[in-house]
Amino acid sequence: MSDSVVIVGAGQAASQLVASLRTEGYAGTITVVGDEPYIPYQRPPLSKAFLAGDLARERLFIKPEEFYAEAKCHLVLNTRAVAIDRARKVVKLTDDLELNYTTLVLATGSRVRNLPLPGGDLPGCFYLRGIADVEHLQNRIAPGASLVIIGAGYIGLEVAAVAVKRGLKVTVLEALPRVMARAACAEVSAFYLETHRKAGVDIRLNTKLEAIEKNGDALMVRTSEGPLPADTVLIGVGIVPNVELAVVAGLKVDNGIVVDQFGRTDDPAIYAIGDCASLPNTYAPGGRVRLECVQNAIDQAKHTAATICGKPKPYNEVPWFWSDQYDLKLQIAGLHSGGGQLVLRGNPADRSFAVFHLEDGVIVAVEAVNAAPEYMMGRRLIAARARVAPDRLADKAVPMKDMA
Amino acid sequence: MAKIKYIEHNGKEHVVDVKPGMSVMEGAVKNLIPGIDADCGGACACATCHVYVDQAWTGKIEPMQEMEKTMLDFAEAVESNSRLSCQIKVTEALDGFVVRMPKSQH
Repeated sequence: MSDSVVIVGAGQAASQLVASLRTEGYAGTITVVGDEPYIPYQRPPLSKAFLAGDLARERLFIKPEEFYAEAKCHLVLNTRAVAIDRARKVVKLTDDLELNYTTLVLATGSRVRNLPLPGGDLPGCFYLRGIADVEHLQNRIAPGASLVIIGAGYIGLEVAAVAVKRGLKVTVLEALPRVMARAACAEVSAFYLETHRKAGVDIRLNTKLEAIEKNGDALMVRTSEGPLPADTVLIGVGIVPNVELAVVAGLKVDNGIVVDQFGRTDDPAIYAIGDCASLPNTYAPGGRVRLECVQNAIDQAKHTAATICGKPKPYNEVPWFWSDQYDLKLQIAGLHSGGGQLVLRGNPADRSFAVFHLEDGVIVAVEAVNAAPEYMMGRRLIAARARVAPDRLADKAVPMKDMA
Repeated sequence: MAKIKYIEHNGKEHVVDVKPGMSVMEGAVKNLIPGIDADCGGACACATCHVYVDQAWTGKIEPMQEMEKTMLDFAEAVESNSRLSCQIKVTEALDGFVVRMPKSQH
């Protein structure tokens, strides 16, 4: 039987893996199994340009359909993998189909975290993860309608920016004392809070939810601060990795599917890449991390493809992330423990500034708002584990290029 | 439609029709032309869609915004005619446009 790679999941990591396997010279068969009806597409624009109607659906697809045909990649869409028989090297799919593999790659991604709230599943309550979610939500994004967003993370705030611009009455409820608490430092949080409030978004921090109830044709959100009527509720409280297939197969799972620096699980024939994988990374506090970002999906796929093709390439990159809200581009690179020294460069009032995180004098992360030099040079400095004196880093008179 | 010529670093040429409204980057990716990575998908966040605009065209396309200019500052092998192809919007006026790809995007 010929050599075959089966990829479970059809997102950013899967698409890159197909491309890189062929670039690296892989000659066997490649099969991608995805549970959505679509060929691999980009998720970042879903809560931004696609929701706003500025980006047509066809522009979401990472590669055109012909790419998969040309790469001789068999796409099995609308189909879930339900079990792995590691002894027989077989993946079992819905409809009792079976796929034989030489190498299996789990690129199962993540799904939205469900909010355990009474009424959280009423009609009118939405989550945002896929194309179908946004298309349902778009029908409700009408000027004058009221939208209550639960969770002030990337998804909640990006949707808030689009919706308030569209003329909706937008309220964001957050349980924590600041917005984007997981992704951003206090300075950047405060800046985004003010930006959203100035744009007309009603952001309520430290707010506990009690229930969502029917209110005629609309909804009523009960909170610790009183009731709030809503035509539509969007819940954005994070994502959880899709690890169930790996758990049932007896693979090691700890937050994500545990892999080494080559993307290998504890079964030498099985790899895991993208959002679902927990991987070693020397830039992460503690040395191991699970990442939810495009950069990681792409770079880990490239390295894993090389390894599958017999050219093992350890993966250890500085992760990077971005968020578009209004005319602001937030670019983040690196990881930090939260306990380091913060260095502000620039002035938030100028709508262009950056915050660097230093740990033991080493630059470990940067959060840049409309500040590409700080972000791009920051990435290099983080990769090099550079030490720059805080007063020099903060001095706008010293160009970022001269920081090395 | 606008006819765009993409020239790989090794000299291989690709001429394709690109729909107005798309970016020059999308024209390459949708037509399976190698040499443009575009990791971030066109968000001007990664600088991996770097191209060199043919000298005959440099004055005829929309000038760079600040974000693109500063992202490019930190890309490899930047020349005076360097652009990020995700930021060049295709119009009918771009019919006959020519770009060359750098050796590497990383």
